[in-house]
Order: sequence, then C-alpha cells, then structure tokens
Amino acid sequence: MLTFTIRRLLFAIPTLLFIALVIFLLLELAPGDPMANVPLTVPAEVKEQMRIALGLGEPMHIRFWKWIIQFFWIEPLNVFDALFGTSFAEGKLRIISWQNRAPVFIAIAERIPQTLWVVGTAYVVAILIAVPVGIYSAYKQYSVFDQAGTFVTMVGFSVPPFFSGVLVIIIFAVQLKWFPSIYDTTHVVNSWDAFLFQVRQMFLPVMVLALQITSQLSRFMRASMLDNLQQDYVRTARAKGLKERAVVLVHVLRNSMIPVVTVIALGVPSIFGGAIITEQVFKVNGIGQLLITAIQANDLPMVQTLTFIFAVLIVLFNLLADVLYGILDPRIRYD
Amino acid sequence: MTDTPVPTNAGASPPSQAPRSQWWDVWDQFRSHKGAMVGAAFFLAIVALVVFGPLIWDVDPTKTNIRERNAPMSLSAPLGTDQLGRDIFARMIEGGRISLAVGLTAMGLSLLLGTLIGVLAGYFRRLDGVLMRLTDLFLALPLLPLLLVMVLLFREPLTAAFGIETGIFILIVSAIGVTSWMQTARIVRGDVLALKEREFVLAARATGTTPAKIITRHVLPNVMSPIMVSATLGIATAIITESALSFLGLGFPPDFPTWGRLLNDGVPYLQQYPGRAFWPGLAISLVVLSINYVGDGLRDALDPRIRGR
Repeated sequence: MLTFTIRRLLFAIPTLLFIALVIFLLLELAPGDPMANVPLTVPAEVKEQMRIALGLGEPMHIRFWKWIIQFFWIEPLNVFDALFGTSFAEGKLRIISWQNRAPVFIAIAERIPQTLWVVGTAYVVAILIAVPVGIYSAYKQYSVFDQAGTFVTMVGFSVPPFFSGVLVIIIFAVQLKWFPSIYDTTHVVNSWDAFLFQVRQMFLPVMVLALQITSQLSRFMRASMLDNLQQDYVRTARAKGLKERAVVLVHVLRNSMIPVVTVIALGVPSIFGGAIITEQVFKVNGIGQLLITAIQANDLPMVQTLTFIFAVLIVLFNLLADVLYGILDPRIRYD
Repeated sequence: MTDTPVPTNAGASPPSQAPRSQWWDVWDQFRSHKGAMVGAAFFLAIVALVVFGPLIWDVDPTKTNIRERNAPMSLSAPLGTDQLGRDIFARMIEGGRISLAVGLTAMGLSLLLGTLIGVLAGYFRRLDGVLMRLTDLFLALPLLPLLLVMVLLFREPLTAAFGIETGIFILIVSAIGVTSWMQTARIVRGDVLALKEREFVLAARATGTTPAKIITRHVLPNVMSPIMVSATLGIATAIITESALSFLGLGFPPDFPTWGRLLNDGVPYLQQYPGRAFWPGLAISLVVLSINYVGDGLRDALDPRIRGR
C-alpha cells in the first residue's frame, strides 16, 4: 500500500507539470495583448517597459520555469514565513496579479474562507442527507419513498445551480423575505444574533449546492446498497439470527460505503469548480468569483494560478480516492 | 445474443416472416419505462416547438417596441415582453433553437472524439498507453475554469474570422466537445478490449479483413449501446454547460438569445418580473430532466441483462 502511494505520488509530479504546461501554453499562445487597453498616446518604448514590468520581457520557457519555481518554492516559503515568523522568502519575487499588483496568493487567502465555509458546509449537509436517503431507498426498493427519492434526485441532478439558485431567491428572498439573497462577506460573527444572521445568509447557497451534491451521492449510495443487499453474506447474516438493524447498518452499510467514500473524495475538487456558479448567483466573494473577475479583467497570472490550483486539487483527491479504496477494501490489492 | 442456439428446424421450413431484430426488443423495453417515454415525448415536443415555432409564432424576437415594454402575459405576448419590449415567447423559441443546436452539435463532436479515441486505444495496443494517459490528463483538468479561459481567449479572433454568431457557435461547440469526450472514450475502450477477444473478430481477422473493416463492420455496431447512452447524457451536459457559460456572461453576445443568456438577462429584474428569469430556467431544467430520463430508459433498454425480464 505504501509503495503504491509513493508510486502514485511520484507519478503525480509529471502529470501536474504537464497540466501546468498545458495551462501555461493555452494562455500563452492565445491571441490578445495585455497592453491592448493602454491608450494609443503612450509611446512604444513606454509600452515595452510596461510589458517588462509585467514580466513579459523574457522568452516563454524561462517564464514558465520562473512561474513553476514561484508556485512550488517561493509561495510555500511565504506560507512558512507567515506561520512561523521567519524570513526565508524575503526579497524573492512572488506571483503578482496584474489587476492590483499584489501577490496572487494574498488575494486567494482572502477568498478561501468564504468558499470553504459555504461549500464545505454544503458538502457536509449533502453527505448527511444523501447517506440515510440512499440507505432507506435501497432497503425499501420500489416503495413510495424510493420512487419519490429517485424523482427528487433526478430533478436535483437536472436543475442547474444557476436556475435553482435564482428560483430559491425568487421564492425565499423576494416573495417570503425569509433569507437575504446576497451573501454579506463583511459580516462578523461576534454575538448570538450575528451568528443567526450568518446561518440565515448561508442557508440559500448551502441548500442549492447541497441539493446538487445530494442527488449525485444518494444515487450512488442507493446503487451500492442494492448491490450489497443481494449478496450471499447478507443471507448468512440473517440466517444466523442477526437483527435486521445489525444486518443493514453494520454488514451491508460498511461494505456499501467503500465506493461512496471514494466518490465523496473525488467530488471535493469538482465542488470548487461547481461553486463558481453558485458563488456568482449569491454574490459570495469566494474563489470562484475571484476567477470570474480575473477572467473578465484579463489577469493572466491570477487565472493561471487559480486554474492550476484546481488541477492540483483534482490530482490530489484522485490519489486520495485510490488510496482510500485500497485501505477500505481489503479485496483490492495494488501491489 | 450470439450464444442463442440456432433453431433446429430452421432449414426445414423457411421462416414465414423476417426474424425480429433486437432493436424491437430494445424498443419494447424502452416503452415500458414510463419516465423515459414521457421524457422522450416532451423532448420531441420541445424540438418541434423550436423548429416549427417561428412558422406559427412569427414575431421577430429582436424587434424592440419601447411602448410595450415590461408587458405582462397576454394573448398578444404569451410570456409578456422584456425591458425593450421584445416578445419573450419569440425569444424563448429563438433561444431554444440555439441552445439545442449547441447541445446536439457539441454532443456529436464529443461523441466522435470519444469513440475515435476509445476505439483506437482499445483496438491498437500500441496506442493504448498514450491515449489513455491523455484521457487521464484531460480528466484531471479543471473543466469549467478552462472553458471560461478558452472562451475568453479565442472569442475575438474567431468572431473576426467567421462573424459573431458563427464564430461564437464554433467556439462554444468545440470548447464543450473538446472537454467532454473522456467518459465516452473510457467506456468505448473497455468494450472494445472485450470485443477484440471474441470469436467473430478472430474469424474476421482470419479471413483477412483489414483492421479498418473489422472496426467499422464488427466492432462499432457492437459498441453502439454505450455510445447511445453517452449521447443522450452528452446533450444534457452540453446544454447545461452552454447555459452556464452564457449565464456567466461568457457565452453568446446579448443579441443572440440562448436560454442561459435569457436567464442571465432576467436576473437583474428578479424583484419586479421574476417570470423573466423563471421561464428560460424552467426550459433548461425540463429539457435536461427529460433527456436524463431518456438516458435512464435507454440504459435499461440496451442492457441485455435487464431486457426481457
């Protein structure tokens, strides 16, 4: 298992480098000039100096190498410095955003808490709903609950977040006025009332995201439970007189959770991507919104770094899912 | 199907009618799936509406009429008019044409790519490693951010080359197609790997059939079922992706209504005229829902283990 993990980790390095190259080349080879918005009255030499100031003066491969160094060495050093008060990264050039000339990672660090709060809560809520729903629908297959559950998951699966988000805003924010439609990021939780307000403003985005994730997860959970309920060991467990509760919740559930856990792990990075739309609908200024504004402002270093962070998350959680699968299921042997 | 024993009296008396093709069995199974039938009927109705709608409802979707702006639902404008007095029903039909066209074309492209790569990887062992690593790589790419970046970067040159509508259409269709072929490729490769070892392929090879002929005559017809299932789901994903791009303001320009674009345009008026965002969103959701049901039914119908039970 350990050798497998190490091998996969080592294999992840060229994969990530290649993805970095693809993203870099896509942005590099695309037409479009960052100086296009500079007025025509600015002389050509000044424009050239501005290009150099943006770091565009050097050949492509050197810039790629510099970006890799900045991403994998200088930025982690900065994190280390911030944590332990050291100054290893002093004087080293960080990845600079073209929008505000500040390091990209400072902007990202400002945005991450909002995304983690909203998206993370949604994910936890979704898991808490999906697992029991999946278990019960599979146990009572073709019952009214199962039919209704299948229908609701199909709807949740099909309704895109930009519609469900708009719909809940119309119903709960505009008509009923129960919840605010816009997420207030400056809100500080320092009292019970402030906490209640935080819960209320998180409610709608979390529900929209959770509906989507729940529908996918509970379908998986149901299918996995159905597979296991027909196995021989279930009959054996019943035959030796175990309580129905123990059969379903201990024997079947534990085996059914194996694929579901990996699906949960695989879904984590896509949540960051999927949250782009939800963040836009509810005006949560998280990472997704940062990406959209960077794209609209043609801020290539920011776009490049954010896209690559998403790619790193995908590769890491794929690896995690594989390793978890191997740990949880003793029938799987990688070595 | 190949294991079915040949009836012993087949040679004795000539069959009075042509044998029942397996597609009739598939159709019978599909018909028994209520959700799939309703979904298929609804989807066909929507397609008919957007194709033939302009013939019956011949209001120009781009004609502005500022005196009639923000009109409520009425007989002259079934869904009312927008802030420039344009007829929302006509715009919905026009938007549906573009959205469905994007969905179908992007699905076709992604299917073509997926099948090509899947068949090549499954059939030719030398290509397998390279093509599957490529597939893994694409699966590890963050797709929505990349789509946004691609649209941002290639919008201007393509609109300059092909005109606004065609340019954006090409851009969005190819962007969606290039980022959604991986699942199809994986499924097709798996099936081709299994098919390659079957006796009828061996027999074909023994009689000197070229690989190209084997693939088109023996392999492709047998991987049709997974391809058809991914096709239905592909339309749904493509429609959602296009709407998401339009919703984020990176899809079609405002003059070309698509359902996502109309939804995006309706959001600022959510307080006063919620219907404006509601109808396009409902259209997207219902179309995707019906397609997903069709896909579900198709999967059951094409699975020989379920069929006939």
